This record gives sequence, structure tokens and C-alpha cells, in this order.
Amino acid sequence: MTAAPMLTVENVSKRFGGKGDLIARGLAAIGLAKPHPQVLAVDDVSFVLNRGEVLGVVGESGCGKSTLGRMIAGLLQPTDGTILVDGEARGARVAKRDEPGKAPRALDLQMIFQDPFSSLNPRKRVTDLIGEAPRVHRIVDRDGLERYVADLMERCGIDPAYRDRFAHQFSGGQRQRIGIARALAVKPEILVCDEAVSALDVSIQAQIINLFMDLRDEFGLTYVFISHDLGVVEHIADRILVMYLGRIVESGPAAEIFTNPQHPYSRALIEGVPRLDRRRVVYNPIEGDIPSPLDPPKGCHFHPRCPLAQDRCRVEAPKLRRIAPGRSAACHLVPEFSTVAPTAAKESTEWPVTKTG
Amino acid sequence: MTHVLELRNLDTSFFTEGGELRALQGVSLTVGSGEILGLVGESGSGKSLTGFSINGLISPPGRVVGGEVLLHGENVLDLSREAMRRIRGQNIAMIFQDPMMTLNPVLRVETQMRDALAAHLSLSRAEARARSIAALDEVGIPSPAERLRAYPHQLSGGMRQRVAIAIALLHQPDLIIADEPTTALDVTIQGQILALVQRLCRERGTALIWITHDLAVVAGIADRIAVMYAGRLVEVGPVDDVLDNPAHPYTAGLMDSVPSRGRRGRRLNQIPGRMPALTSLPEGCAFQPRCSRATDACRAPQELQDIGPERKVRCIHPLTEATA
Repeated sequence: MTAAPMLTVENVSKRFGGKGDLIARGLAAIGLAKPHPQVLAVDDVSFVLNRGEVLGVVGESGCGKSTLGRMIAGLLQPTDGTILVDGEARGARVAKRDEPGKAPRALDLQMIFQDPFSSLNPRKRVTDLIGEAPRVHRIVDRDGLERYVADLMERCGIDPAYRDRFAHQFSGGQRQRIGIARALAVKPEILVCDEAVSALDVSIQAQIINLFMDLRDEFGLTYVFISHDLGVVEHIADRILVMYLGRIVESGPAAEIFTNPQHPYSRALIEGVPRLDRRRVVYNPIEGDIPSPLDPPKGCHFHPRCPLAQDRCRVEAPKLRRIAPGRSAACHLVPEFSTVAPTAAKESTEWPVTKTG
Repeated sequence: MTHVLELRNLDTSFFTEGGELRALQGVSLTVGSGEILGLVGESGSGKSLTGFSINGLISPPGRVVGGEVLLHGENVLDLSREAMRRIRGQNIAMIFQDPMMTLNPVLRVETQMRDALAAHLSLSRAEARARSIAALDEVGIPSPAERLRAYPHQLSGGMRQRVAIAIALLHQPDLIIADEPTTALDVTIQGQILALVQRLCRERGTALIWITHDLAVVAGIADRIAVMYAGRLVEVGPVDDVLDNPAHPYTAGLMDSVPSRGRRGRRLNQIPGRMPALTSLPEGCAFQPRCSRATDACRAPQELQDIGPERKVRCIHPLTEATA
């Protein structure tokens, strides 16, 4: 085991939409044609994730959290920046000769998807769904395969007697367990879970969250847990990235972000989450819709909805700065670390909080 | 308080080749004027079906087979189709989860609002337009006159849900049934819709049934809460009482399943198993196979029993004793 972090994401950006060919670009340059629309889905995101940590990525639709997850899992190529797994670039890892008897290193990252209905092949039996990848990659031999699949099914809470069933014969929660067993079958180091429990009922969701936490302890897995459900992320994550329109607006330890969010957007997001212990809430939500990522606002992306916005926010995009040990935020109004005592920041600005009463 | 709506022992069944599926069994509820009732349950609990049954929207092979739906004391189940049509939309309005499904994608917002008005009133074009603009304005849609020209796909999800709410409010209904109206929305937009609905109901004294799987949303908005499991009500009561002292083991299990502050990183207390299918409901209490408190007596049919002021629970081993 090396001392390198499990996952290093450096200045990663993803741009969708073409520049067009040379002629189109030429025409656009002299103003004869409209430039092709481009979306900067992920804008200069960097973070480091250590072995065994759970990183929660939160944000609303269109914030780029799923795109980031797909780039980490290798399903999309970043436009800029690098992603290192265990200190090595992904491409280099795949090219390396695999050690015999061990899982190919390209399989270190596995993804678990939101919809357990569309992410399982409807024409395959469970035993093939789970067993195909380890068989093809020779993680187990043919004789041991049945035992291997049965163990995985058992571990993920599916009765191995159901191995010959098809995906449609299972409930949503059971299907998600199959998806998890399939991901674990190739012995990954990192699991990228994109809204993995969002489609499930509350009582089933709790079962799957528990399974994730047990598996982390058992296999030392590292998670990137992407969700819009802040309650779930707060429960499972060690660290949080809050994203808005492709940019990280705040990051830090989960406990601190949830008790004392600094960026106005994180505050609005966390204040807005309904909680069991808040009754008859008078909601005082932030106004407006999430702007289109095709045409994001100038300066700070959040300024049109921000109750604290100032002139500076409209022109100058704030950089992600360190605001406390292990915490960063991208806001002009949050004082940089060292310029202010950690507790003073909270009272510094008037905030229209959602009230209970 | 007078009840806007009272359900008495409502039974709804689906008649399939495999026999009768009892989707709702003996659902009894009341909602008062200006009151918000949170109807909570997981998929298949019958919460949406309750809403459809009230509105007379159950289609074959399903049928309301017993009980009464009293709107201001009058049983709407006895009404003719035409009389029911007049009530639907005018006295009872519904808001659904997916505003893309409720709004017609090929008609402008204006046309849809005019149709909704014309269903119950005869208004001139100009009058209809004025009322539509007023309704859109009330739900916080910026520049409503221009928005009338828009097609649903030109609006964001939150805006579409606002339009759906504006249409539901056009006739100033006595009762609104909202079926998971914020589930598909982002957190900040959900907050906006919650604030809006809350304000409108309080101001106008509209009764609201808020159907959801999300206990936390109900905690924030509702006055009373009703929990459903496998087609039956298992617990009813004021929101504070139920959430602070859940009496039914299922309610307690559901609350423990919600990740909440103070239990970070610990295992959630999960309920084992899952909800039974309607085709194979267990005998007696439907929750009994998943319940840690179950005894042999739970195999007998259970009735909703009073355990306190306004509180009812369908359990013979409730977690609380009756208070005062």
C-alpha cells in the first residue's frame, strides 16, 4: 500500500458541445454564425480522497455532480485536468500488465447507478449479471464461480436460491442489492454511487445505506457518494463537496458543513432540507430557479439568487479559498482563514433563516 | 371544527383474474378547513389510491366497494358521473407529482387554464385571461402575462409545478389533494413550493391532503399525520404527538429509517423485509411479519383504537400507553 491518496482529482473540467469545424469557427469569429452552444458541466474541480473515506457530492440538478462521478468512474473523459487513482493516471493503470490471479486494475473503480430497473440487463439471470465480469477477467475460475456468486449474493442480502431469476422478478431494493453485488464482484477499491438510494422507499433505503456502511468496514472501500438528498449524505459521508453550476462552492468535513455552512448556497440548501425535528416550519426559501448551464450568470454563479449579493459578486467569480483547516468556500463574503477567528464568521452577516414556529 | 372531508371505512378493491385485491381497507379520515393532513406511506401503501378514491378517479378493474366519502357531509360516491364531474376541479382539486404529465405538452399555458375555467364557468376570453394572470401571479410566477404564451416544456420543473398549482386553485376549491408534489423537485425549489402551498392554504382556509413518502416534509408542513401500510391506516394523530411518540411499530420503524442528525455514521435501525404484496397479505396485522413486537394475537384482525385525544393506532402492542 502506498501513501498516495486513493483518488486525486486535479483541475478537472468537462465541456459538452462542440466547437464546430474550422469553417463554423471562422464564421462565428467574424460574427456570421452563432457559436455552437457549450456547457461547462464541471469547472475546474480538484479534491483528494483518502483510502476508506466517504466523499459526499451534493447539489441540485445541473450542478455537474453526475458528470463528475462519471469522469471519476472512467465513463467520460475529462476535457481538462487529471484523475489519479492510487497515485497513477487511469490510462497508465489500464495499460499496465495485470498481476495474475488479481483483478485487473482498470476495475478498481465501479459505479452504482440510480435506477436499478435500467442498470441491469433484463435478459440475464442474476448469476450471469454478477458472475460475468469476474469470469471474463479470470478473478475466479469456472469451478469456483458458483460459490463466488453465491457468497456475494449472501453478503449483499439476496437469497442465493434466486440465482436463476431475472432482474424483473425482484423488487427495487433487491435489484439495487444485485447492482451492488455486481460492482463488488470485481473487487473494486472505489465505488462511485450516483443517487444509489434515491429511487428506494425509506425503509428499503435504510437497509441499503446500512449495507454500504458494512461493506466499507469489511472491504475498506472508498466511496464517492453523489446525491441530492442531504439527509442521506450527512449520514454516510466524511467529507462533503457542495456544487453549483459546475463549480465547487464549498467543501469540508461533513459534520462542520452541516452544522455551520459558510457559503450562502450551502446555507440555503441545508436550511431548506425538511427534517423530522422541525415542525410547522415557515419556509423562507431562496428565490428563483437554477440558471441554465448554457448561459450561467457572470461573476459568482449564485449571485442572482443570493440574498447577500454585492456588486463585486456580479462581475468577479470568487475563487475557492481555504476558510478554516480542511474547509474551503468560494464566496467573496466568507473571510479567508487566518484573517478572522473561526466563530466570528457566523454573526457577520444577516441571514433570512427558515424559522420554526 | 367542521370537516371539509370525512372518509368513513373506505374500501377500494381491484378485481383481477387472480381474485379481489383489497387495495384500501376501512380508511377513515377527516380534514378540516385550513388544515393540512399529511398522508404518509411507502410505495404500495395505498396513499395515492386514497386520493384517487376521494376524487372518483378509480378506473376498472378497480372500484370503491364500500364506505363513504363525505364532502361537507354529502356522500360524493352516490353522485352521478355528471354531478361528480362538477365537483372535481371545482370543489376538489388535485396536484400530481410530475407536472409534465398533468400539463398537456402541445397546448399553451393559457389554453390549458382557459379550459380548466370553462369546465365550470362560462367566462369571456378576456375574463378568463384576467383570472389566469391573477392565478399565475398568486403562485409567484414572474411576468405572468408572458408566461401564458409559453408551452410547458419552456418552463422549468418548479415553474411547471407552480402552473399546475395555479390551475388547481383557479376555482378556489375547498379541498386540495397533493400527491407527492415536490418529490421530483430540487431542494431549494421544494422549499419554494412548500412555502407557497402553506401560505395559500392558511390564507384561504383550504383543506389540504399532502400525500408523500417523506416524513420530514410532513413534519414541516402538516397539522396532523396519517400513516398507511398495505392499504390500511395504522396511525393517525397530531403531527407532534405522532412524531415525538409514535405508537405503531411501523411509524417508529419508518422514523428510525430516516437518516437524521445526531446519528451520523451509525447504522440505521432498519425494518427487516419489505411491504407484502396485496396478493399475499398476511393474516391480521399486515405489519406483523416484520414487527419485533408481534405475538400470536397479532394474527387476529386489528381495529383502529383510540389511544388519546385525536390519536388512533391499529396495534394491540402500541409503543405508548394512552395519555390523558
